[in-house]
Amino acid sequence: MNDLRAGGPARPTLLKRIFTTDDRTLGIRYLLLSLVAVFVGTLLSLAMRVQLASPGIRWPLHGPMLPEEYLSLVTMHGTLMVFFVLTTAPQSGFANLVLPQQIGARRMALPWLNALGFWIVALALLVLLSAFLLPAGGPIAGWTSYPPYSAVASAGPGQGGGMDCWLVSIGLFCLGSWFSAVNVLVTVLTERARGMTLGRMPLTVWSWFVSAILILLAFTVLFAALVLLFCDRHLGTAFFVPQGDWISGQVVGHGDGSPLLWLHLFWFFGHPEVYIAILPGMGLVSSLIANFSRRPVVGYRMMAAATVLIGLLGFVVWGHHMFVSGMNPYAGTAFGLTTMAIAVPSTAEVLSWIGTLWGGGLRRATPMLFALGFLSLFIAGGVTGPILALPALDQYLHNTFFVVAHFHLIMAMAGAFSIFAGIYYWFPLMTGRLMSERLGRWHFWLSLIAAYVTFFPMHLEGLAGRPRHYAQVTGSTSSLASLLPMERGVTWAALVLGAAQLLFLFNLVWSARRGRAAGDNPWQATTLEWQPVHAPVTVGRGPYEYHSGSSEEDFTPQWDAASQQE
Amino acid sequence: MPATFTRSVVDTERERKDPGFGGRPPVDRRPTGGGGGDENWDHHRNGRGPRALLTRYRMGIFSALAGDLMFFMALVTAFFFRQSSGHFDGRGAYMLDWHPLAIPPILYLNTAILILSSVTMEMARRQLFHEVDVMEEWLGMGRPAARRAAPWLGATVALGVAFLVGQWMAWKDLASQGFFFASNPSSHFFYLITGAHGAHLVLGVLALVAALAALSLLHRLELRQIFVDCTAWYWHSMGIFWVFLFGLLVFFQ
Repeated sequence: MNDLRAGGPARPTLLKRIFTTDDRTLGIRYLLLSLVAVFVGTLLSLAMRVQLASPGIRWPLHGPMLPEEYLSLVTMHGTLMVFFVLTTAPQSGFANLVLPQQIGARRMALPWLNALGFWIVALALLVLLSAFLLPAGGPIAGWTSYPPYSAVASAGPGQGGGMDCWLVSIGLFCLGSWFSAVNVLVTVLTERARGMTLGRMPLTVWSWFVSAILILLAFTVLFAALVLLFCDRHLGTAFFVPQGDWISGQVVGHGDGSPLLWLHLFWFFGHPEVYIAILPGMGLVSSLIANFSRRPVVGYRMMAAATVLIGLLGFVVWGHHMFVSGMNPYAGTAFGLTTMAIAVPSTAEVLSWIGTLWGGGLRRATPMLFALGFLSLFIAGGVTGPILALPALDQYLHNTFFVVAHFHLIMAMAGAFSIFAGIYYWFPLMTGRLMSERLGRWHFWLSLIAAYVTFFPMHLEGLAGRPRHYAQVTGSTSSLASLLPMERGVTWAALVLGAAQLLFLFNLVWSARRGRAAGDNPWQATTLEWQPVHAPVTVGRGPYEYHSGSSEEDFTPQWDAASQQE
Repeated sequence: MPATFTRSVVDTERERKDPGFGGRPPVDRRPTGGGGGDENWDHHRNGRGPRALLTRYRMGIFSALAGDLMFFMALVTAFFFRQSSGHFDGRGAYMLDWHPLAIPPILYLNTAILILSSVTMEMARRQLFHEVDVMEEWLGMGRPAARRAAPWLGATVALGVAFLVGQWMAWKDLASQGFFFASNPSSHFFYLITGAHGAHLVLGVLALVAALAALSLLHRLELRQIFVDCTAWYWHSMGIFWVFLFGLLVFFQ
């Protein structure tokens, strides 16, 4: 097989190259797709920040931003980032890039299904972005699309065609990620190399595996909810719109529909979705911390078990998004308890990372810096989790910027840092070159500081009672006007954070052409994707055999055949 | 530079021509414990046995169906949730707007047809794994397994279409009584559940027709087996889903 790759077969036709089933090509395409989405999503958030810092600012070619336009930016920003960046890049992008090689497989188990999944996701992104081209603009119901707002076309300018675009796009996304998840699941179960037992899989593979199960069981529920919402919008049903609901001067509710039903269905998907986004990052960070501190992961079995446990518990905590929804308060207590319980495996992972770092020979390469940044942001964002998990505290904090700060630190920033770590780490697999370390360090420090300065003050705004989704804190009756200086500071930090990413873009382009040649195994890693010659292997050892303190060869890669136990 | 890096696109199509299991017949032969070598193809831990492909596709269809099950579970949850949601009227009484729907009697006949179709489907599937026939096909002596499976597959298609027509008649029946999709929550769910299940069955019938074509078009025996096998498991699952959904519609109105 290696001959086929190196020697080069007859050049395939153009059609075959476009609709390729090669997993690594698909991985790079997924990452590029996410790059487009994150670019648009970041621009949207910067526009929101500028609006918040100087309300009433006149935009070139547009004039002042209306509150509903602001909401449309919120919605599109959230949807793009959650679905097309945080779900797509770590789970589909990185898994396609390295999963088959990490388990010693020749290819994915169902390559055509994998390729089909990619095209559906790409189509979903196009449909979503096309909402901007509609005269009435994008949807304004937020990424969670709560009804009755989302169920009634007259609820706002973007709630007609824009909301339909959203529905179709997310429906397609559900299908696409469902197909990819089936492929990942079957690949991990059937395609492992001889000797690659479950207990020898890298933690990245464990987390892709668990995430695939979550996608399988959660996205299909979202799909059902989307079908119901579609029926409410176009087929005259009453699933979500309550009796006598009154929107824009009209009575729209004609049955006893219940918005609470949408909340249950949506968050049954929505909470596992959070773990789909962050688990691959956690697995990657485990690998990176072991690699760059040259020590084996502390408690490998516990880490794998914690990953599975987080996935399982992720299915029974959805109610913590709904404490103030009118749900039974006893249910709220139960969901508060399960949410607290999920902090246990998460803390176990954090302790293992710190334990691995402890006394290791720290190599501060850029991927490691981003892994440490992930660790810092994960802890900083994580500690506010148990606060929000208390129904009594959440009564006050619900829908304030405290929540925004919480999930931007733990999901958005920690997720983004793990994606950056992955790209810096695996860049040689994509291009054969290393990314610039100097630019990488600048990118890291600017991003880390700007991320904290951007998102930390949001806790304080939230404690001051600043609600989400408000287009401005000033106004004739606003009691929040005193927060304006803080809003301005956050906006400046966000602009710096955005600008720092230009360094990353430049680094990508420059290093792909001019970067230092990577050579075999530039990070002296043990996992199979760095095997210099891709030959079938028999694996006889665990994924993290680093021996810090010993001589030159302080690691034993998984493809090393010498002194195998089998 | 790692060997994984290459600018040329890998010709995975060409790679795949080699099934990777060394030209063994795809029969379900258990290791006998003597006389047959110790390669133990079917039960090799990471086996490239002759049934590796089949295992892989089966696992694929089952995990996809697990997701599909969650889709129907969500609809069923919504059914119960919606059933119990109402509003308080002016005197503070809790009013429900759910009016139970009388199920069109033809659904009983449809259910019987669908169960029967699962039987014919299973007959077709088993023909493809009948060892003597499979060996003959593998040795290139005609296609007896395919020949015997085809009528059963055809019967399944006919029964599947009959079921879909029956569902359509049930819809017409309800519509003639004035119950449309938008009439009442109970009719929302009746049309939605039968519709979603019907859409799945349309896909199933298409897959069956494709499987019939595949019996003569596909050159590799194991691919013919896989095609029929996966279609069969999909069809059975839809049958089981329907029995539960039908029970829901009949008994939990």
